[in-house]
Amino acid sequence: MNTHLLALPIVLPLLVAALQLLLGERRRRLVAALSVASCAVLVLLATALLMGASGASAGDGLTAVYRIGDWPARFGIVLVADRLSALMLLLTAVLALALLPCALGRWQQPGGPVQPMFQFLLMGLNGTFLTGDLFNLFVFFEVLLAATYGLALHRPGARRVSAGLHYIAVNLLASMLFLVGVSLIFGVTGTLNMAALAQLIPTVPDNTRALLHAGAAILGVAFLVKAAMWPLGFWLPRTYAAATSPVAAMFAIMTKVGVYVLLRLSLLLFGSDAGPASAHFGDTWLLWGGMATVVVGVVGMLGARDLGKLAGYNVLISSGTLLGAIGLQHPAVTAGALAYLVISTLAIAAFFLLAGMLAPDDETEVTPLLEPYDPVGEALYADEDENRATLPAPVALLGMCFLVCALVLAGLPPLSGFLAKFALLAPMLEIGAGRGAIALFTLVVVAGFCTVVAMCRTGIQIFWADEDWAFPAIRLGEAVSVLLLLGSCLALSIWADAPLRYLAATAEQLNAPAHYIRAVFP
Amino acid sequence: MEAVLALAIGVLAASGVWLLLRPRTFQVIIGLTLISYAVNLFIFCIGGLRTGADPVLRSGADITQYADPLPQALVLTAIVISFATTALFLVVLLASRGLTGNDHVDGKDGTP
Repeated sequence: MNTHLLALPIVLPLLVAALQLLLGERRRRLVAALSVASCAVLVLLATALLMGASGASAGDGLTAVYRIGDWPARFGIVLVADRLSALMLLLTAVLALALLPCALGRWQQPGGPVQPMFQFLLMGLNGTFLTGDLFNLFVFFEVLLAATYGLALHRPGARRVSAGLHYIAVNLLASMLFLVGVSLIFGVTGTLNMAALAQLIPTVPDNTRALLHAGAAILGVAFLVKAAMWPLGFWLPRTYAAATSPVAAMFAIMTKVGVYVLLRLSLLLFGSDAGPASAHFGDTWLLWGGMATVVVGVVGMLGARDLGKLAGYNVLISSGTLLGAIGLQHPAVTAGALAYLVISTLAIAAFFLLAGMLAPDDETEVTPLLEPYDPVGEALYADEDENRATLPAPVALLGMCFLVCALVLAGLPPLSGFLAKFALLAPMLEIGAGRGAIALFTLVVVAGFCTVVAMCRTGIQIFWADEDWAFPAIRLGEAVSVLLLLGSCLALSIWADAPLRYLAATAEQLNAPAHYIRAVFP
Repeated sequence: MEAVLALAIGVLAASGVWLLLRPRTFQVIIGLTLISYAVNLFIFCIGGLRTGADPVLRSGADITQYADPLPQALVLTAIVISFATTALFLVVLLASRGLTGNDHVDGKDGTP
């Protein structure tokens, strides 16, 4: 495989964004066509990288490394595509491409350079997934965060600006923590290359090891803010509920970026090879913090009264589950967690789009709140005979999509949500990892049940109970986007075998950091 | 010199955190700026403090007498990025001030 391919997922969105900025807002068709073309090419590129990264076993040298300027790794910058990076690239590209039909419809009105910002977001995401050193991780993080600031504030209103204000302040502070952590690690080890760090950490002298751990912990806090672990994730539901629906749907992958970095760094730097003093550093924190996040997400979800917040708390549950699963540090659990990551990202993105379709809030400040649930009231049971009108096709479509979304999010059979949750939960019982695994297992099952309750209640209130509900007009693009996202979930439940095998190999590869190091330092 | 620098970083960071927790948006942005100064100084000194040392290698000189150039490169990037994001934050503050009519971080004054 040509290693120059590795630079393209970063360079292409950058060039396209620059071109779109030059074209300006007048040539909207051309700008939109460029966006679609860029996302389509990104999907192809990511597929090519994924094909290149997937091999028969974990040990073969299929991790592609691109040395920028051909400088050797410790002096120059490297981009690394192993199985996990390729997977995340493909997920990002598919999500972006699926969101475009909806986004293009929404973004036709003038309102700032939103298409270039979307491309910059893709550039930042791809760079984060590909980079092989900590400082470039910071740079790409800032690129994607700057793009999200702009996207979160697209079509500003007082509510959106106020939520965006908190979001930006929290993330600026997290970036400062990021820098402090990075510089502490640099001060102790003298390098920021991840592979070199993985080599050096077992040999760090004991008198500076505490400093290294402090740096890693501060760095971890910065990512946990992004991954929205309790108590660092209070900003998330409000920001996501305030953003426009395609933007919120794209943000579904933002918490996964934090999860990705935590997974990568905890297994590469603090895996089993890291020496007795550093191995499994911070695992317990991830496990219990993840569980606390799930609890907060469940409570918030049961209390949420508008769809945006409901989706936001679903994000918290998903990210808490993933953090807890990473904390267990077991290859089989990690493989399940990756499956859950992919499925929950797609389903939550679809749910954000549905929320935007069911409760459109164009320009209005007030979110349409759902009515309080009133089981003895008349709304639910009365007028059985009068409302026998034929169901309009858009409502049937919305209802079906909502049902599929609920099934996938709650992890009920027969859809891929169940497969992912099963892949995540089954190994937890087998490894016998003590109280932590049992607690996480129970919590995830309970969270699934509570998701069913919350989704049922919301579905009843929207589709059955509300008599005055004006059927929202559905734009074609929105329907296409939702169908694409849910269709990929369905496809993953039908052809689940190859993806699951790929994920198992990914987890195996992540747990063998020697392979990664050998690829960077041949 | 170490003590002076450590004190400077500590005072900057402490003032920044205090300001960050204040309710006015202007105080928040000044707080963030102070914290970013503290962080930049911190990165700058992470390579070790040395007076009059050269960051660029010359042939035949003793390598232990050089300043580490990498933190200086890192801090340059960090300064640019924090400068840009602060400017962006300032725009959002102004928008919030214009839309809500006051400069409270929640968009409304606590006082009725």
